[in-house]
Amino acid sequence: MLPGSLKFRAEIFRQFYEENKPFTCLDGSRTIPFDRVNDDYCDCRDGSDEPGTAACPNGSFHCTNAGFRPTFIPSSRINDGICDCCDTTDEYNSGAKCENTCKELGQKEHEVLQKMAEITKEGFLLKQQLIQEAKNRQQEKQSKLTELQNNKKELEEKVEALRTVKETAEQPEKEAKELHLKAWEEQKAIIRAEKDKAKMAEAFLELDDDADGFVAVAELQTHAELDTDADGTVSETEAQGLLGGVDHVDTASFEKVWDNIKDKYVSELADNDSEQYPSDDDVQEEEEEDEEEDDYPEEDFDKVRKSFLVQAPPTVKTPPKKDEDEEAMPPYDDETRVLIDAAQKARDNFEESERALNIEKEISFDFGPDSEFSYLYSQCYELTTSEYIYKLCPFNRVSQKPKYGGSETNLGTWGTWAGPEDNKYLLMKYEHGTGCWQGPNRSTTVKLTCGKETTVMSTSEPSRCEYLMEFTTPAVCQEPEAVISSLHGHDEF
Amino acid sequence: TMSFPWFRMGLLLGLCISLLLGGSWAVDRGNFKTCDQSAFCKRQRALKPGQSPYRALLDTLELSDSRLTLQLINDNNKVHLLLELYRLQGNITRVKINELKPLKPRYEVPDVLVGDQPTEPLSVLSQDDNGVVLSLGAESQRLIVSARPFRLDIMEGPEVLLSLNSRGLLAFEHLRLRKDTQADPEGAEVKENVDGAEQQDEEQKAEDGGKDKEEDGLWEETFKTHTDSKPNGPTSISLDFSLPGVEHVYGIPEHADNLKLKTTDGGEPYRLYNLDVFQYELYNPMALYGAVPVMLAHNAQRTMGIFWLNAAETWVDISSNTAGKTVFGKMLDFVQGSSETPQTDVRWISESGIIDVFIMLGPKPSDVFSQYASLTGTQSFPPLAGLGYHQCRWNYNDQDDVKAVDQGFDQHDIPYDFIWLDIEHTDGKRYFTWDPEKFPQPKEMLHGIKDKRRKMVAIVDPHIKVDSGYKIHSEIRARDLYVKNKDGGDYEGWCWPGNSGYPDFTNPEMRAWWASMFAYDKYEGSMENLYTWNDMNEPSVFNGPEVTMYKDAMHGKWEHRDVHNLYGLYVQHMATTDGLIQRSGGTERPFVLTRAFFAGSQRYGAVWTGDNAAEWDHLKISIPMCLSLGLVGISLCGADVGGFFKSPSAELLVRWYQTGAYQPFFRAHAHLDTPRREPWLFGPENTALIRDAIRQRYTLLPYWYQQFYQAHKTGQPVMRPLWVEYPKDTATFTIDDEFLIGQDLLVHPVTEEGARGVTAYLPGQGEVWYDVHTFQKHNGAQNLYIPVTMSSIPVFQRGGSIVPRKVRVRRSSDCMENDPYTLYVALSPQRVAVGELYIDDGHTFNFQTKKEFIHRSLTFANNALASRNLFPESNFSTDSWIEKVLILGASKPNKCWVFLTTSVEFEFEASMSVLTLRKPGMNAGADWTVVLQPNQEIQDI
Repeated sequence: MLPGSLKFRAEIFRQFYEENKPFTCLDGSRTIPFDRVNDDYCDCRDGSDEPGTAACPNGSFHCTNAGFRPTFIPSSRINDGICDCCDTTDEYNSGAKCENTCKELGQKEHEVLQKMAEITKEGFLLKQQLIQEAKNRQQEKQSKLTELQNNKKELEEKVEALRTVKETAEQPEKEAKELHLKAWEEQKAIIRAEKDKAKMAEAFLELDDDADGFVAVAELQTHAELDTDADGTVSETEAQGLLGGVDHVDTASFEKVWDNIKDKYVSELADNDSEQYPSDDDVQEEEEEDEEEDDYPEEDFDKVRKSFLVQAPPTVKTPPKKDEDEEAMPPYDDETRVLIDAAQKARDNFEESERALNIEKEISFDFGPDSEFSYLYSQCYELTTSEYIYKLCPFNRVSQKPKYGGSETNLGTWGTWAGPEDNKYLLMKYEHGTGCWQGPNRSTTVKLTCGKETTVMSTSEPSRCEYLMEFTTPAVCQEPEAVISSLHGHDEF
Repeated sequence: TMSFPWFRMGLLLGLCISLLLGGSWAVDRGNFKTCDQSAFCKRQRALKPGQSPYRALLDTLELSDSRLTLQLINDNNKVHLLLELYRLQGNITRVKINELKPLKPRYEVPDVLVGDQPTEPLSVLSQDDNGVVLSLGAESQRLIVSARPFRLDIMEGPEVLLSLNSRGLLAFEHLRLRKDTQADPEGAEVKENVDGAEQQDEEQKAEDGGKDKEEDGLWEETFKTHTDSKPNGPTSISLDFSLPGVEHVYGIPEHADNLKLKTTDGGEPYRLYNLDVFQYELYNPMALYGAVPVMLAHNAQRTMGIFWLNAAETWVDISSNTAGKTVFGKMLDFVQGSSETPQTDVRWISESGIIDVFIMLGPKPSDVFSQYASLTGTQSFPPLAGLGYHQCRWNYNDQDDVKAVDQGFDQHDIPYDFIWLDIEHTDGKRYFTWDPEKFPQPKEMLHGIKDKRRKMVAIVDPHIKVDSGYKIHSEIRARDLYVKNKDGGDYEGWCWPGNSGYPDFTNPEMRAWWASMFAYDKYEGSMENLYTWNDMNEPSVFNGPEVTMYKDAMHGKWEHRDVHNLYGLYVQHMATTDGLIQRSGGTERPFVLTRAFFAGSQRYGAVWTGDNAAEWDHLKISIPMCLSLGLVGISLCGADVGGFFKSPSAELLVRWYQTGAYQPFFRAHAHLDTPRREPWLFGPENTALIRDAIRQRYTLLPYWYQQFYQAHKTGQPVMRPLWVEYPKDTATFTIDDEFLIGQDLLVHPVTEEGARGVTAYLPGQGEVWYDVHTFQKHNGAQNLYIPVTMSSIPVFQRGGSIVPRKVRVRRSSDCMENDPYTLYVALSPQRVAVGELYIDDGHTFNFQTKKEFIHRSLTFANNALASRNLFPESNFSTDSWIEKVLILGASKPNKCWVFLTTSVEFEFEASMSVLTLRKPGMNAGADWTVVLQPNQEIQDI
């Protein structure tokens, strides 16, 4: 009737459980006869009388895990049919078929540790270089800063002067560009009008099924896409409405009709299969784009918005098919190009001088105890996923850009180091990115791990608009000895 | 380049914008009809009580053994109706009224009633020119048919229990031909808008004014941009019921309102029309996702029920002659003797179909539940795991996310049974598929879940993406099983996948095909621990009128108008639930959650209260919403823990877990745009509080399981209003901030922000209740103030009950299968207690097909606790044993034995009078007796 005799499981506790002597609960709350230790009934409040059974709600069980790391599991996992200890000792009476995997795990862990040690070793060396370089740069920067501080006013004046030069150069550049563009637009409009006329003629012929020189109500009704009340069909009344209230029109009056229907009209030659619908991804991207551009508050209306999103109408596959006449704008003329070049030069000069001013700002960043993170400043690191290109510019910002065109979304600008108390340099927090409607502004947490390379490993969005980025850098590599001892720390009881 | 569909886009934009203007966090009421905007409701409601035009033609009376028929005539238009009366077994009277000769058949709701309704003989007691008196068999019950005007009264002894058409609001709009197109066979003079009273004069005027002018909304009506073509013209029906002596009516879910229904005079009627209401408002009678047209009427002497079997849009008006009277006013009436009997009048209005009403005469609440169960069946018996904790979110992003959440529960030592996937798991909202990027290896994921003895639910909605490359779509289209437009083409509307078709689930062929899609080889990536969730089955159509389907869409020969409220039941019904049964060859119990429901939905699975919000009032309303569902048979009810929209504070989330842990269907869910809220994300203190609440749920699983077995067997609700168990105690009649689970546990969850205490009403004169946490004893029939902290969940066990628990909480319910039981024996003042213990394999139909279960009665009396077999023919064995017995309200015994032979050790805690028997050790399936030898000395003192 009772569960079979229970093997004594917790060797490491042996010192507390002296056979055949009354047992005192480890919290001292009471003393019980020894035959009540591991008898599958919980007598001690602290669960200490049942180290080998699941009887106590707050008990824990020790897996020796010879060959791997010993560990504690909640005693509720004893004989629950699930293998928790790699040495199988937690499932001694459940019928679960567990295999001893400690050796395998130990080996695997050993390999991982070795690899990690290797990385740490090399990474740590790299880190020393980084520290050295940072030191050198620091001196350079310091002297620049001193110089700056001495000549700050002068420098500021220079920046301002260069700004004026830049703006002066940009004005004619802008005008020339606009002029060029306007000419191009006009050209395009003419071509478009011609095309439209041709299309209209084509459509007239297509619609005029009986070739009597008139487009009639019935002929228009065959084009369901012209439906105006969204019931999927063109009723007689609707068709009449489209024809301007008459039963048929000739080519001349068709011009007006064409204006009404050309946006919807689908040529009978075009395929009307659902294949031309975009994939969801395409639709999604378009939406993301819109979202950024219009700051459209759709997220309020989650479900409806969602519907709106997914129902973005079946459009022609992106990227949109362009007519050949719209393929490319003709190149700028020489005169304009000279203006552009001049403006570019002025811009470069201005930015360079401004950078010099920024040194003050740069020097104020916390680049770590030995400035080991300073090499990340003014760098950017990218990761391309199936949908997006993510960009991390440390101490500046994180952004996301759709892979196939579309504008960039700010996922947060530099906030603070946000790691745990003992090492705050393990996490970076980027905040106040582009807002989510009714939600938080986008933000990104960057998790730094030791690596030989400086790379963005992965990105995810665990919660809406809260991004997580994994980033490797030698700058967080610890001294190899420290790593090994901390890993072994788990072995100690 | 993005030309042709822009006009469609415009419509949706319009929808978005109108929502924007509608205020921030509330439903946009303008999207949903008021009675005035629903032409038939407006017409019907304009009828005033008075002289009914209906007369019973007594010479047409025919009485067979169990069926009485009688013609009624509307003296205004000479249209004949046929009245049918049946006496059904179990004290139920069925009244059917249809046109005697309708132009074409009118819809009669199929598939809701279970089996044949056994009838009992009716006999005529007396008859004269004014009426007929019929005997209803037992209990001196009579039914009186009055001829002029037509009226029915059901009496018991000298008392009228209930009357039909006593206010003359019977109105039956007969089918007719449209005048402007065809000749009216009934003659020009019969033009009317409602075939009811007091219309003649007005119609005469209308006729004089302009012959061709038709009343608005008879043959066409427009709501917002949507036009309903109404090819059958006006078809609505209405009937009134009077309930003398009744002041409290309940039921007719689903509404986000109090348990006790309010009077609707001067306001909107309660509406029953399954709708996907975006951010629904609380405390109003607007329609929600489901509809059960069943009302319960209760007073201290009797409980009755009215079941209005009609699936069309329905409105219910309630008025009361005591509404608005203060207690003082009532007292004055009493003292002055001038009081009329309190009375509640109810009026039902439906858009089409026939009048088919079941009057359930009780007299006890439990009788009404049995009566209703005999008509529509009982709660399906869920797999045990379904009663565990469910972790859901829109959406778990990918397989890694699922794995991480699963591990999170283990890291924080919190049990759970089901993890859920919302719509984003699919390949472009094509149900029965998986997103190839995010869920490339569904089986691998499901195996990972299975290794922890846990399960998963994936959503399968009933709208099908119109995409020729999608097999489900192309097959349904090829089989021609979609709902049709009024002009015969496939109906299409917009839902998650964009343009979608809606399978015609009213067609048995469609349901059978759908069910076959759940076969393991058809539903790729599925396996036995994957279950199903049917959402959006009202049906939800984003661009349809009131976010649903056009009423003139066609399901075979019936209009959507006729079947609307049934659609959701059919989806969950034979379609999905049968699919899950069939895939296991009929052996495994299914688990299917639905949002839309109708009478009978209890037979198919679980229901939740839809898209609520992370607000304290939404937490509060979860109690009356689930209580109302329980009253009409649907016991497996829950609300999204934490609230679906918006983000809960840690305090609200903790309180919601504490409340949800004591409600039948316990699932946390969250909107896509809300921050993550797995139980461990709110700091260690809140994690511990949530862990504790979920663990309390798991310790009580044996009790929950037994309650659901009972619900399945008898139709009694699991979560009960207090008045159900204390029907004579008027103090309980309006309580809806606390509830009972079965008979024995009373729960008053904390639902106020910053609460320092709650006041719970403990019912039962002469009874006692024990605080389940402290074991402190309290007297019944009192309002008890209970100070609370963040860890408090006020729960009381009734003195006189025995509640089995499993206190070894593990990772999932399945892991606890063979664990021992602890019995909590709470003594009544008479020092007795009774309870039950039910055990089976937890997941198959073997309890039914092979009688493989253990069902024990547990009794404590005369200082002995005994377990006896309630079903000797049952046949099941268990490894579980009795590890501990706590006797609350006990005195210290001298000795304790099992079977009078083996001595059992015990401890006695004197301050709370708790006797704990240490490890008595009996097998849970065995006969046994534990005997206490009273300590004479102590007893003498």
